[in-house]
Amino acid sequence: MNTSPCQSRSHLTRRSLLRGTGVAGISWLTPLADILAVEAENAPKGKPARSVILLWLGGAASQLDTFDPHPKTKIGGGVTSIPTAIKGVEFAAGLEQTASVMQDVSLIRSMVSKEGDHERAFYNIKTGYRPDPTLIHPSIGAIACHELPEAKIEIPTHVSILPNQWPARGGFFGPQYDAFQVYDPKGSIPDVRARVDDKRLEQRLESLSVVERAFARGRAADLDETKTLHQLSMHKARLMMTSEQLAAFDVSKAAAAERDAYGDTAFGRGCLAAVRLIETGVRCVEVTLNGWDTHANNLEGQATQVKIFDAAYASLIRDLKARGLLDSTIVICGGEFGRTPKINNLGGRDHWPTGFSMLVAGGGFAGGRVIGATDPEGEKKEPENPVLVEDLHATVQDLLGIDFTKEIMTPIGRPMALSKGEPVKALKA
Amino acid sequence: MNPPSPHLATSVIWLRNAVILGALGVGAVWSVGGWFVPPVVAVKEAAGTSKELMNDIQHVAAAVDADFEREWSKHGIKPVAAADDLTIARRLSLALAGSIPSLQEIRALEAADAADVPQWWLSQLLADRRTSDYLAERFVRVYVGIENGPFLIYRRRRLVEWMSDALHKNEPYDRIVRSLISSEGVWTTTPAVNFITATNENKKGPDEAKLAAKVSRAFLGVRIDCVQCHDGKLGSPWKQTDFHQLAAYFGQANFNINGLRDNPKQTYKVRYLGELEEEKVPAKVPWKPELLPGQGAPREQLAAWVTAKENKAFARAIVNRMWAMLFNRPLVLPVDEVPLEGPFPPGMEVLADDFMAHGCDLQRLMRVIVATRVFQQSSRSTDPDHPATQTAEEHWAVFPVTRLRPEQMAGSVIQASSLTTIDTETHVLFRLKRVADVDNFVKRYGDSGEDTFDDGAGTIPQRLLLMNGSMINNNISNNPVINASTRIGLLAPSPAAAVEAAYLSIFTRRPTDEERALFEGQIASAKRSRSNAMSDLYWTLMNATEFSWNH
Repeated sequence: MNTSPCQSRSHLTRRSLLRGTGVAGISWLTPLADILAVEAENAPKGKPARSVILLWLGGAASQLDTFDPHPKTKIGGGVTSIPTAIKGVEFAAGLEQTASVMQDVSLIRSMVSKEGDHERAFYNIKTGYRPDPTLIHPSIGAIACHELPEAKIEIPTHVSILPNQWPARGGFFGPQYDAFQVYDPKGSIPDVRARVDDKRLEQRLESLSVVERAFARGRAADLDETKTLHQLSMHKARLMMTSEQLAAFDVSKAAAAERDAYGDTAFGRGCLAAVRLIETGVRCVEVTLNGWDTHANNLEGQATQVKIFDAAYASLIRDLKARGLLDSTIVICGGEFGRTPKINNLGGRDHWPTGFSMLVAGGGFAGGRVIGATDPEGEKKEPENPVLVEDLHATVQDLLGIDFTKEIMTPIGRPMALSKGEPVKALKA
Repeated sequence: MNPPSPHLATSVIWLRNAVILGALGVGAVWSVGGWFVPPVVAVKEAAGTSKELMNDIQHVAAAVDADFEREWSKHGIKPVAAADDLTIARRLSLALAGSIPSLQEIRALEAADAADVPQWWLSQLLADRRTSDYLAERFVRVYVGIENGPFLIYRRRRLVEWMSDALHKNEPYDRIVRSLISSEGVWTTTPAVNFITATNENKKGPDEAKLAAKVSRAFLGVRIDCVQCHDGKLGSPWKQTDFHQLAAYFGQANFNINGLRDNPKQTYKVRYLGELEEEKVPAKVPWKPELLPGQGAPREQLAAWVTAKENKAFARAIVNRMWAMLFNRPLVLPVDEVPLEGPFPPGMEVLADDFMAHGCDLQRLMRVIVATRVFQQSSRSTDPDHPATQTAEEHWAVFPVTRLRPEQMAGSVIQASSLTTIDTETHVLFRLKRVADVDNFVKRYGDSGEDTFDDGAGTIPQRLLLMNGSMINNNISNNPVINASTRIGLLAPSPAAAVEAAYLSIFTRRPTDEERALFEGQIASAKRSRSNAMSDLYWTLMNATEFSWNH
């Protein structure tokens, strides 16, 4: 075993941790937020976005009861509508706050996919590919982290807040690109606090170096550096445990007024944490709000979720803008598919992967635009101007400055483009 | 589809743990000596290991080794010495039971004084239900993945149980595979049909393309599905027609009130690349059509062809997979792509021929692999001038160091924290707790999904989980009722005995002199807080590379 500073267990102070990785100087001391805000302000038009927030309405929000209502039609289902900041575009009642930020947001009413099963559809919407038995595709956040590596950040750059059963994965880029999962961010996150005091931890780590030495005997000198990466991942974990950036996860550290604006819900706190994480330099955050799978009592079920959603979403957009981060942060919001125009015997709506809605904002997306339309009678399945899931993926990657046509050689020896879609020009600012 | 909130789930788990711990606490018998030095359990010699058989196995193993030795001398590589028996036992327990051996098992193993410890330990494991359960889960991952799929017509659990029974009885592998491909009936009473029903999507019936991909990869080690949409590129011999003609064998499979049945009126249609119209696709196999039986339903014909004695791809595929399960690395990477016409790595042909010549006997295949020098080699070199290199590892001249799978990690944390073996004899409440703990841990550690062997490095969340996670903390903290660390601290007659017991429980080896001196010193000086010193020792060993990597 070599004796480079990162492997010396004796003085695991923060400073030595930083020196160990050669983390660029003391950049962490400068509030990253300031740097980013300045960068954002100075950003010339067309500068690529740098981060992504994905808000998943898990279980599948009903487009007809949210962003694409058809009130007073046979498929309306009792929905009432309100005007939005986009002239001539109406939302379901209950989305008043979201309606008011639509000048900064564009709406796609014609999302189309081929997946009508929750699990498969989540795979599809998160990766831009349909499930394939031969390999696992990386999610959009993993692609962003892989293509745009970030040195300054001491906490995970790919985060999943309130994940459902299918959190974003690294796929063929490897588990190190999996989203770091956290639940309701009302306090500190799990597993980042040592269970013993510093003195005991240092002693444990010191003992560990003796044990590691025993393991290294007779093995290749570069085993750890080139293969197990045990020391490195341990080191990074320790760095994270002592990082001030961790505070971004903990919304109890935010001002009360700020918290109130997002609503006193786990999703609201998740959205606030997402903004704080992006401000800290995290590349991609997904936040999930489940509970939209209304096969029965659709109208009430959707309204309940809309109430949680509205304040959180609108506050997130306003907040990003106020912090000067909206131009550099892409915000995508929607379910894994939509819900049927037809209302079933239980007053519910079933799965509908053709013609569902998504909101896109920031990071080079235009605001105030609407793409596509669905049939108000619910007869025609195909919407006008359909946008395929893979096209949305290509657009996001394009806005991030990633060459989405780039082919990656996958572990199964099959080259695979980062996205097989085409950017939707009409959505770009 | 929405899961319960994590808080609810956590509190339920806490509540359940409290109940379990309470029950165990009340029921725990305070038989001091017995816990620290668990009783040596009388062991039965596994059936079917006659002297003749063992000689035969050694003979085949020697032929495999000879293959490798030719390879090593060709490359001028010097293989390393043999590993000690405990290291080999650890590898076997991890590969077959999904966790490290318990202190109780180690004591039994040392007391048995068997002439051939690896084969003796393998017999124990093969007779153990944990082995068939664990291997069945791994096989089923290959066959249908990890998701629960279309629930109404698919019972993953039933498929795992069926597979476990088959493995436990050592049913011929060709028969198992034929059942998977060609069974008819209901998913609950004929569990093998779940292989097919798992692919049902959107009520369209079995997915022929998926099934063709699974059959070719899982049973033949061929990735013919790469030509699903276009003819093979980059020198691939496959054409789009090859894939769809294979898929066409599943074209008649359909569901009705009696479960999975073939409907001769149904056909499989595809629109090939560049064509305008869909066309009816005839069922044809991509090679050796002469091995097809003349009659039978399409799936029966396919099953017979896949498992035909002369279809060596079948044997090579399982040899590669079994090798991978035992070494945690396949002979040929990726595990489901063995070249049809070679070249084959050393050992492959000897093992495949022996497998086919002995009725597709999976246990015999395991025994032969385990008997090889290659399997029993050390993962390190004792020659300080020639440490074990990556090149030597690539040529199997040293046992490969590979990352343990999440469930092996979880199983090992739990096992290392208990002095006795957690198996079917263990109290049901404790076993339930184990299942829940493993599930939780695997979820957090990152499930690798299907049974692949891509050798990734560890991740930061994994390190955090092992450094600070509640499972480790609960299992090493001060708890005299169930935790080995506390029990050893309380009951070991001396610091030396305590350190040795911890090392055996966690690393399946004894400490080096340096390690012994360090930890004995810590325990001796801890005096009153001996249980803290023991927790520290447990934490340290569980956070070492040696614990998370197979070696």
